[in-house]
Amino acid sequence: MEILTEYGDQLITAFIRTIQLAGLSAVGALVLGTILAAMRVSPVWALRTVATGYVNIVRNTPLTLVVLFASFGLAQQLGVTLVDPNSPTSITDSSFRLAVLAFSTYTATFVCEALRAGVNTVPIGQSEAARSLGLGFTQGLRYIVLPQAFRAVVAPLGSIMIALIKNTTIASVIGVAEASLLMKEVIENTSALIVVGLIFALGFMCLTIPTGAVFGFLSKKLAVRT
Amino acid sequence: MKLKALIAVPALAVILAATGCGGQAGSSDAKGLTASASDGLTIGIAFDRPGISQKNPDGSFSGFDVDVAKYVATKLGVEESKITWLEAPTPQRENLIQNGQVDYVVAAYTINDARKEKVGFAGPYLTVGQSLLVRQDETAITGPESLTGGKKLCSVTGSTPAQNIKKKYAQDVQLQEYDTNSACVEALKAGAIDAMTTDDVVLAGYAAVNQGKLKVVGKPFTKDSYGIGVKKDDAEGRNKVNDAIEEMIKDGSWAKAFEKNLGASGYEMPTPPSVDRY
Repeated sequence: MEILTEYGDQLITAFIRTIQLAGLSAVGALVLGTILAAMRVSPVWALRTVATGYVNIVRNTPLTLVVLFASFGLAQQLGVTLVDPNSPTSITDSSFRLAVLAFSTYTATFVCEALRAGVNTVPIGQSEAARSLGLGFTQGLRYIVLPQAFRAVVAPLGSIMIALIKNTTIASVIGVAEASLLMKEVIENTSALIVVGLIFALGFMCLTIPTGAVFGFLSKKLAVRT
Repeated sequence: MKLKALIAVPALAVILAATGCGGQAGSSDAKGLTASASDGLTIGIAFDRPGISQKNPDGSFSGFDVDVAKYVATKLGVEESKITWLEAPTPQRENLIQNGQVDYVVAAYTINDARKEKVGFAGPYLTVGQSLLVRQDETAITGPESLTGGKKLCSVTGSTPAQNIKKKYAQDVQLQEYDTNSACVEALKAGAIDAMTTDDVVLAGYAAVNQGKLKVVGKPFTKDSYGIGVKKDDAEGRNKVNDAIEEMIKDGSWAKAFEKNLGASGYEMPTPPSVDRY
């Protein structure tokens, strides 16, 4: 209880940071994942190979390594810090943006695979009809196939988003001040490992359970009825 | 139903063991340190702090903490071959002691009041303070007072030194937090940050293994003490460990251990602390 009163404000700030991380990464992952899925179902051999290679490499790399690579590989070795190095908050901004980049690239592979499964649920006749109407591959995908595919995979996308929210805790290894970083501080100060752990677990459930509920609702509402 | 139980029981056991709720957690459950010493000791240390306590490639351990731990074990009547070394990560040290998974912890363990509520501290055996580690050719940073103009400073995620910086120097420096000290050292060597901060002896350890590349600068700007963590209610065991520490300081082994492990850093040997039998 004392922990809650003492760290209440910081708890809220930290969880807002977590939400920002998860939200921005979710947008990035959905955009990149959709592009990847389009590449993987495209008739062009080179696009398919590149997308398949990307998905298999990134999906099978531990997320901690992806995040560490963003900080050590990109920022320190290659100098890609995504910020103006002279700004007074360059480190905080850089860590945050690199983390968003890492989560987006990683989660995109899962979005891509879910969408590809969704594409397979769209009857072949749909794209044949699109073609007979004179739509090209990109147009058919854009107006006919992907909208139906998305509606079929709302529920698995929800699971991916929940996983993403929980994955954001890894950002603390490169110093993003999200919830798990605060958790480390509170444990260091209070030594109350289990109580503090429970508080943060509860905090995360406050984020993930509504996310699951929203996606469950959407999946029912948007389901393609035939 | 049967199948479910078959899966559920081992799964539960694994969870309990992992969270340390299991009954058979260690060698010294409910027993005091002196009683458990007869059948060997399990000692919690850090594995990744050069000069303080480090696991070597050949599986042996070395460092100042390790030498202190060994000396205390000898005084408790346990030979070196009967010591089991267990990694004690920072957030888990109190739990390891409370559950009896280790007999005592010697892991750059700073004595403070929050921790005293959970465990007992013998010692202190070393006085430390937060200091700065910089590259050898650094001239602009000479101590905490020169931390101005948005200098980039690195420390371990959530650690007390990192929190100190956030509280006292937030306006003047930028803090990069990484999850290990070694990550900070790498970033420092790569030039991504200007300095790293934590307890001076830990920094001295890194300076010792990176001679000619890194150096410790400035006077320590905090004052802390390292103690040996034991069970809270084991007054007898704590007394014995205190005796051992006092003897180690008196017979010169303390200074010898410091010189051997941290001498190469050029870091000046502090005066040995006097044991606090609270």
